[in-house]
Amino acid sequence: MTFRIDPRTSQIIAYTILLTLTLITVSILIFIIAFVFKNGLGELNLEFLTQKTKEMGKEGGILPSIIGTFLVTLLSIVIATPLGVGSAIYLTEYTKGGLIRRLISFGADCLAGVPSIIFGLFGFIFFVIKLNLGWGIIAGGLTLSVMILPTIIRTSEEAIKAVPIAYREISYSLGGGKLDTIQKVVLPTALPGIITGVILGIGRAVGETAAVIFTAGSSLSMPTSIFSSTRTLAVHFYILAREGISMNKAYGTAAVLIILILLINFIAYRLMHRFIARYY
Amino acid sequence: MCAIRTMIKISIKNYSLSFKNIQALKNINLDINTNEILGIIGPAKSGKSSLLRAINRLCELDNAIKDGDILLDDTSIYSLSVNELRRRIGLIFAMPIVLPGSVYKNITYGSKLQRKFKKNELDELVYFALNAANLWDEVKDRLRDSASLLSGGQQQRLCIARTLALKPEVIMMDEPCSGLDPISTAKIEQTMLSLKDRYTFILVTNNTKQAARVSTRVAFFLSGELIEFDKTEKIFTSPADKRTNDYISGRFG
Amino acid sequence: MKDKIAERLLLIIAFSAILALLLITFFIFEQGVPLIFKAGFQDFFSTNWRPMQGGFGILSMIVGSLMVTAGALIFGIPFGLACAIFLAEFSPKSVQKTLKPIIELLAGIPSVVYGFIGIVILVPFIREIFGGAGFSVLAASIILGIMILPTIVSISYDSLIAVPTTYREGSLALGATKWQTIVMALIPAARSGIIAGIILGMGRAIGETMAVIMIAGNALKIPHSILDPVRTITSTIALELGYSAGDHRAALFACGSFLFIIIIILNIIAIRITKRE
Repeated sequence: MTFRIDPRTSQIIAYTILLTLTLITVSILIFIIAFVFKNGLGELNLEFLTQKTKEMGKEGGILPSIIGTFLVTLLSIVIATPLGVGSAIYLTEYTKGGLIRRLISFGADCLAGVPSIIFGLFGFIFFVIKLNLGWGIIAGGLTLSVMILPTIIRTSEEAIKAVPIAYREISYSLGGGKLDTIQKVVLPTALPGIITGVILGIGRAVGETAAVIFTAGSSLSMPTSIFSSTRTLAVHFYILAREGISMNKAYGTAAVLIILILLINFIAYRLMHRFIARYY
Repeated sequence: MCAIRTMIKISIKNYSLSFKNIQALKNINLDINTNEILGIIGPAKSGKSSLLRAINRLCELDNAIKDGDILLDDTSIYSLSVNELRRRIGLIFAMPIVLPGSVYKNITYGSKLQRKFKKNELDELVYFALNAANLWDEVKDRLRDSASLLSGGQQQRLCIARTLALKPEVIMMDEPCSGLDPISTAKIEQTMLSLKDRYTFILVTNNTKQAARVSTRVAFFLSGELIEFDKTEKIFTSPADKRTNDYISGRFG
Repeated sequence: MKDKIAERLLLIIAFSAILALLLITFFIFEQGVPLIFKAGFQDFFSTNWRPMQGGFGILSMIVGSLMVTAGALIFGIPFGLACAIFLAEFSPKSVQKTLKPIIELLAGIPSVVYGFIGIVILVPFIREIFGGAGFSVLAASIILGIMILPTIVSISYDSLIAVPTTYREGSLALGATKWQTIVMALIPAARSGIIAGIILGMGRAIGETMAVIMIAGNALKIPHSILDPVRTITSTIALELGYSAGDHRAALFACGSFLFIIIIILNIIAIRITKRE
């Protein structure tokens, strides 16, 4: 076999190209974050974070959105976590590869691939209209919970699978039943991994727009009940940017969003590390 | 001098076990006496561990199919509740695996599953178990520390203590010293001998010298069958079966 | 016995994912499919989108989605594969541990932020260099390419790492260079995973809404060049749902149904490919 280019040379060329492309990718990320921070961090002061929104967003702060985002996300976690962890427990502890397991896995995998606009459509027709919950925190929270459910199922499943079989056998040998073993040995051991999954779910929920705008509404007033319409940070940012209402406030909101995302990912990442370090 | 009646603690009758079309045990007949240490020897894949897991029905976790019966004090183990069976017959695994948590938590885990204990009852239980396992002096000041901080030998004795806390009648050990240094091994053998009068022991070991040191009687297994079963002295000085002899003298193993 | 109760309860809980999927399918189709039959396939697949006057043709949007997705793949695959190969084969563990989470962070950035960056930086740039409005297929392709990058990187990286070391060692022992080993042994071995990753990336691109709305221009014509504005299926739904009613709204659900079917098919293909290992 003869090569037109000497294989050593082609390797150097390939390496250079790969390195360049990788560096470009990483630079893009750093650029995005730096750009938002450069223009947005200046907006962040106590007023911005604690005042109500005035003039459709041109003045004032983003407190209603912060609170709204918090409530919607909280609701979605409260619903999705027990369902997700429960599903994961059933998948790992009670099935062995039969039809039920494949069915549930298939459902979770497909759900993970559904785009957010479809969730928006679904949440709109089902929660807002058919169940008559109106545009509000509860409709938004329910919709988001369905969206993050697969994330929690997947990560919890990994975490529970990682618990060594020996732990379970020891518990059984000491006379423990299946539920005891799960409750007292498996879950506590898998907890860091499960929490990581929940935190990643929070990350997804916070950045979500299409699913939320058609279910939680876009009101700028302070939420007063779970039926209150609210405008989450991501939605607020979108409206500010698209309607050109205030570039400054838009940058500020974006900065808050990015900081939240960075924080969430950082915490999740740290937890994963501690978890993996314990068992590998 | 009064004659001591030997009572049969566990009786294995025509017992066979298979997983996924592999036969692990073939028609085993074996009686284990109360307060004896029964040593089980044999090469790898001879069915030794399977026998232990059959006795406490842990093999059911692997979807094993059984034939025949095993009696504990004249009652079939299949008519007892599986949880109760496993409390009465404890199992120590080859690798000392401590549950996450403190030494104290490890010991009390099994007992707390049965009923509510008062704090001082638990304390007494912990003392009793660690003492019987010859571990009390070494850990009495570290009861609340994580169990994973103990040495390998200590962890294995902790596993023994954990089982003792359930006040079992039989203690099965599956190659308990395989990962341990000679000193820890000696300590565990000492523990076994000191507890012999209160419990019945079944010891699976791939170390024939260990079997010779501590066992009352020895059973030799090969490829899932019980080849020979007699007093320790007899097995090691004049075994009846040629295969037993070959294994003990190291011709294969 | 409490064990039995727990098992029953967990079984019911475990079906929540399937239940959700079924509910979504049912309600989206219930709203959208009757309209497709009412309008007839010929109208539905025409370019005549005048929903308030009875025209429900989504062809221009289908073409729009396809163009933008193809563009995203053109940008996303080279960069994505490059990063995956570089990380998996050419960097020491320490670099992998730092770089991989950084690239995965790209996946966490909200789509609206991407759209915003597109508006503020990319669109004016394209306008200056290439002319046109700036809001274009090109802009959308670039941004979408960046957005699907992390998916392609993650899955391709995992597939490459999963190739047994014996493949590498065997190839190197025959005198091949590292790069030759990668091209001739590793990538073929990791092929299914990489393809699955690309398919999932495709699904992401087709389903993306917010970023596309912000930078693609949303003009309802089939674009003639990549500098022309374009509208995707997702943009139409998001832009018009707020004020739609009656048949118009049903038409948007019909768009959703169509999109949903495509996505599910892509997902099934990707799952099939990975499970085959």
